[in-house]
Amino acid sequence: MDVSSAFTAALSLIFNLDPQFLQVVGLSLRVTLSALLLAAVIGLPLGALLAVARFRGRSMLIVLVNGLMGLPPVVAGLIVFLLLSRSGPLGYLGWLFSPAAMILAQTLLVLPIVIALTRSAVEELWREYREHLTSLGLTGRRAIPTLLWDGRFVLATGLLAGFGRASAEVGAVLIVGGNIAGYTRTMTTSIALETSKGDLPLALGLGIVLIALTIAINAAAFGASRVGARFAA
Amino acid sequence: MLTKRSLLASGFGLALTSSVLAQATLTAPPPAQSTAPAAQTRFITVSSTTSTTDSGLFNHLLPAFKAKTGIEVRVVSQGTGQALDTGRRGDADVVFVHARAQEVKFVEDGFGVERKPVMYNDFVLIGPKSDPAGIKGSKDIAAALKAIQAKGSPFVSRGDKSGTHAAELNLWKVAGVEIEQTKGPWYREIGQGMGAALNTSSAMNAYVLSDRATWINFKNRGDLEIAVEGDRRLFNQYGVILVNPARHAHVKKADGQAFIDWLVGPEGQKSIAEYKINGEQLFFPNATQPGM
Amino acid sequence: MRDVTSILPLVVKGLSFAADGRLLLDDVSFRLPKGGVTVIIGPNGAGKSLTLRLCHGLLGPSGGSVQWQGESSRRRHAMVFQRPVMLRRSARGNITHALGAVGLADASDRADSALARFGLAALADRPARLMSGGEQQRLAIARAWALEPEMLFLDEPSSQLDPGATRQIEEMVASLAAEGMTILMTTHDLGQARRLGQRILFLNRGKLIEDSPSEAFFAGAASPEARAFIAGDLLW
Repeated sequence: MDVSSAFTAALSLIFNLDPQFLQVVGLSLRVTLSALLLAAVIGLPLGALLAVARFRGRSMLIVLVNGLMGLPPVVAGLIVFLLLSRSGPLGYLGWLFSPAAMILAQTLLVLPIVIALTRSAVEELWREYREHLTSLGLTGRRAIPTLLWDGRFVLATGLLAGFGRASAEVGAVLIVGGNIAGYTRTMTTSIALETSKGDLPLALGLGIVLIALTIAINAAAFGASRVGARFAA
Repeated sequence: MLTKRSLLASGFGLALTSSVLAQATLTAPPPAQSTAPAAQTRFITVSSTTSTTDSGLFNHLLPAFKAKTGIEVRVVSQGTGQALDTGRRGDADVVFVHARAQEVKFVEDGFGVERKPVMYNDFVLIGPKSDPAGIKGSKDIAAALKAIQAKGSPFVSRGDKSGTHAAELNLWKVAGVEIEQTKGPWYREIGQGMGAALNTSSAMNAYVLSDRATWINFKNRGDLEIAVEGDRRLFNQYGVILVNPARHAHVKKADGQAFIDWLVGPEGQKSIAEYKINGEQLFFPNATQPGM
Repeated sequence: MRDVTSILPLVVKGLSFAADGRLLLDDVSFRLPKGGVTVIIGPNGAGKSLTLRLCHGLLGPSGGSVQWQGESSRRRHAMVFQRPVMLRRSARGNITHALGAVGLADASDRADSALARFGLAALADRPARLMSGGEQQRLAIARAWALEPEMLFLDEPSSQLDPGATRQIEEMVASLAAEGMTILMTTHDLGQARRLGQRILFLNRGKLIEDSPSEAFFAGAASPEARAFIAGDLLW
């Protein structure tokens, strides 16, 4: 196989606007962005709380969260799989082999990244702001909204890192989604499938589209943060 | 019983280019199916083998079934051992696999209601054109495997408890080779699916046992070609089983049974026979044949 | 409107503070009635900033007490730091944030009048962190003023500014005092203490050595440490 046929495949995918292909891209974005949103809603306040709160075992918790940033996707997938299997504790939900299961697994993967990066960004900001905010009576969790808002451009970088991790991973979504055609097939599981079918140009073509999509989203986020970042000088 | 096939004649390069340029689609059912909101969709989950999915058979069958019954079939493709496990845990309504002994045990253990034969195809022994074991053109799989072992020619084994893996282990036994005792560095267990095994063989010019459907649909052949085919012992039977609702109450009994009845009924059997790649039939319906 | 009762006088009794086993402030007592500018001076490490932080409640004392009069629903004293803490927002955003934090209504109007009062109206929408050091300190004072405090703590408010900006800050402090605000500030600039202060607290190594009217202090301090400090001798 040569690389030019991969680019031909990528261009053909993009310009034919094949509905099945669009559906796969749509599902990939839906799953990844949902997981990111969930992880942000949970992880931003938790990370900020971890930055400003002082309690026993805090250092251990920080080390744990930092370590979980490297959680292997396959392990996250396996945990969610065992939870959601009909024979598992959450089996009654009937979520296994569905986009909901994939979102859950990816949330689990992204959450430690969001918490850890938020914690370190907010802690730095808290060091700088602490006396002023304390003077205004904003201590402990009352300081969190200010810190998150003022750290928004740094935090956006953390969320992008989370997006990158989620959009690139295949291990977790393959296990809990089952790579069901038209239902739980994403860009990455399609790449895995086409590779196993030996259609390497199509697999690489899909990879090129995925990379292009990731770059486009990063560029958009970067542009947006450039516009607003002057306030965060 | 098995007909000669000659996909290679149609040209590997042509197949590759046409797939990329003309098709460039993914194996997914028509969009009409996927646009319906999941909550209202009537569906069953089928755990099946990689060969049925990778060969494109389901893309051919499922739209017809859905058009008739309105039931969407969600296929999770795994190795046969894993597919049966998925059924055992109750994560699928129907299992559709190819390892008869394991299927019978699955039913005997109470995880399945009844096993029904659906179709067959055959295994082929794939090897490099250079043919280091000197077995090309043979119809005797036992002699061929013996030669591979004797010469220590590279051989890739699935090693993943799939139906093909079970068949391979059985063939070594038939050949009189105690593979567990005699395997050396030439015998490479990769623990992955059929496609990965073919990719690996292609990369290191090794022999490998494959189901014919996956081989026909496989594009990254490199120097590989069929070395041995046509031996009766390469027969590959597929069976379908409804997961036992007595074990897992949530199993969609009626819809699952409807799918099975359709598969083994005249419409499904006809549809299976009609599935061809480059004019070549991949699976042969035999639901009515007793004892399969 | 304003709470009727005053929080003053501020009564500091036997205040001490220790960190890592070292006594940084040792039995400091003074009483601040309403009005006037009181300046704390002393060599580095004397405990000047520490005293302000303890009075403002940013730190808890190891011993002694800081007593305000009356009950108040919100803090009626504010503080301006040596290095102004500027939020990553516009100049106006910095003020409205502070007003929102303490729960004052009409934040937008109050912010505008604070900006106007301190000559920052033209910079209202400028990102605060891109303003000059002098502008930032003015904004910090405007932000504190907007909170309508009865008392203001200023910790070396002009130590990092050039002479022009320093003069502006001093004029502001003087005018705030003239309007009746009670001010407790620190400085290492004896000229500034002389220009602004009506009363001097002289600290050395955590102890309050001298507490006297400014004129008397500079005319002839009672303690040898204070005389040496005024003369420019290093104190240990």
